[in-house]
Amino acid sequence: MPAAPLYELVGVGLVIDGATILAGVELTIADAGITVVLGPSGAGKSMLLRLLNRLEVPTAGEVRYRGEPVDALDPLELRRRVGMVFQRPAPFPGTVRDNLLVADPGAGDDELAAALGDARLDRAFLDRSADELSGGEAQRMCLARTLVTRPDALLMDEPTSALDPEARQGLERTARRLADGGRPLVWVTHDLAQADRLADDMVVMVGGHVADEEERARFIAGAGDGGDDDGHGRGRRRRRDGAAAAGEAGGEEEEDARG
Amino acid sequence: MADVAIGWAGLALSLILVAVAVGLSLWQGLRLEREMLWATARALVQLLAVGYVLVLLIDEDTPVAWAWAWVVVMLAVAALTVRRRAPEVPGITRLTVIATAASTALSLSVVFGLGVYPMVGRAVVPIAGMMIGNSIGSIVVASRRILAELADRRPEVEARLALGQPWQEASKPFVRSALRTALTSQIENTKAVGLVFLPGAMTGLILAGADPLDAVLVQAALMYLILGCVATNVVVIGLGLTRRLFTPDHRLVRLARTGGG
Repeated sequence: MPAAPLYELVGVGLVIDGATILAGVELTIADAGITVVLGPSGAGKSMLLRLLNRLEVPTAGEVRYRGEPVDALDPLELRRRVGMVFQRPAPFPGTVRDNLLVADPGAGDDELAAALGDARLDRAFLDRSADELSGGEAQRMCLARTLVTRPDALLMDEPTSALDPEARQGLERTARRLADGGRPLVWVTHDLAQADRLADDMVVMVGGHVADEEERARFIAGAGDGGDDDGHGRGRRRRRDGAAAAGEAGGEEEEDARG
Repeated sequence: MADVAIGWAGLALSLILVAVAVGLSLWQGLRLEREMLWATARALVQLLAVGYVLVLLIDEDTPVAWAWAWVVVMLAVAALTVRRRAPEVPGITRLTVIATAASTALSLSVVFGLGVYPMVGRAVVPIAGMMIGNSIGSIVVASRRILAELADRRPEVEARLALGQPWQEASKPFVRSALRTALTSQIENTKAVGLVFLPGAMTGLILAGADPLDAVLVQAALMYLILGCVATNVVVIGLGLTRRLFTPDHRLVRLARTGGG
């Protein structure tokens, strides 16, 4: 029997206060590499991500994590197995060390420094005040904070939308390194160029569902310069040249996401 | 006591100041005249009604059970008042009944259990009234602060939840800060009493001819009771409301100021 995918979404719908956010989402997310969820604002990408670690629960259908229905798992355990980095860094009061200790109060400095290292921050940051970090540093600290829980997989919700181009590229390289090191990663973005740089597998969402071929082509034509993407099937494409994508990330043009 | 009763004529004369307030409102174009006259009339009617009830309740021949029944009415009115002042707080009516009942029971059991006052209608009604009355403000402040903190700091709360913290842990820093705010004003009141303002019970006793020192002792005891009562309220509201704002599977419910994705 083949190994279960990281996530499976079967007929997933989400209605909040009478508004349909997601409807009939059918999706499989591979247990390796970077899966990019791409789409315009309001497509339901972030809500989709929140369903994956149960910050939201679907009003229809089922979400499965490695074959198990998410609602049958202990939500706290699930959230430690699947770390989440949000769109805007949310540092807690105190030093970087204090922040990381929230994730594991028993962790020693060496473990914390290792998590910082994985997020490409120096050990010396441990004593820095978290509210004095730059946007990029704060987002890396949030990533490190998540890594302290030693998650099996990572969910990243437009993590670079508040960052300058340099910090954005740095975080993309870090994500690639983590994914290549064995942590599958789901990365939400509305930035086509970023999706192209990062994706091993790409899912396009529009209007609360996975885009069909026509919707996908329309979105890509509208979002990018239109000429670089064709021949990809039904709302998603698959690519397994991750290392090459990581290499590109450093040399991208300066065109930035609007945030 | 006859020498301190102001009588209807005295009451009528005090209306001069209402006239002054109305005049000022007219002069400054505040358009509060109708509101002021309505409040003045309403206060008088309410106080008179309560006055007549109190005459019956504190009569030595009236069984003390009637005084307790009145306390229940006060609890209900307090709950409705809080709901009117903090309508955005989910479940506030029920929480207020629980909090005020707990805090009033605690303070009254100290007062009557330790024999500070005999358990008679004359003591039950005003003391319970003071506890419940002071509870209203603290409950409104505590509940609104908790709601605002958790709504404003949603990203931080969810970042904590996403790290696998249970809701009790994830909400703690924010609830603590809200409860501190709610309690601090009562602590400040307790510190300022006598220096800045003479509180109601003491003023009433002195006006009614009691020895000022006796009045001070009564007031001090009441202030301590109120402080304990407010602290109890704030903590009960803190625990009860926070529990309501999270689901059993540790998600923060949608609050007034949340956005979607």
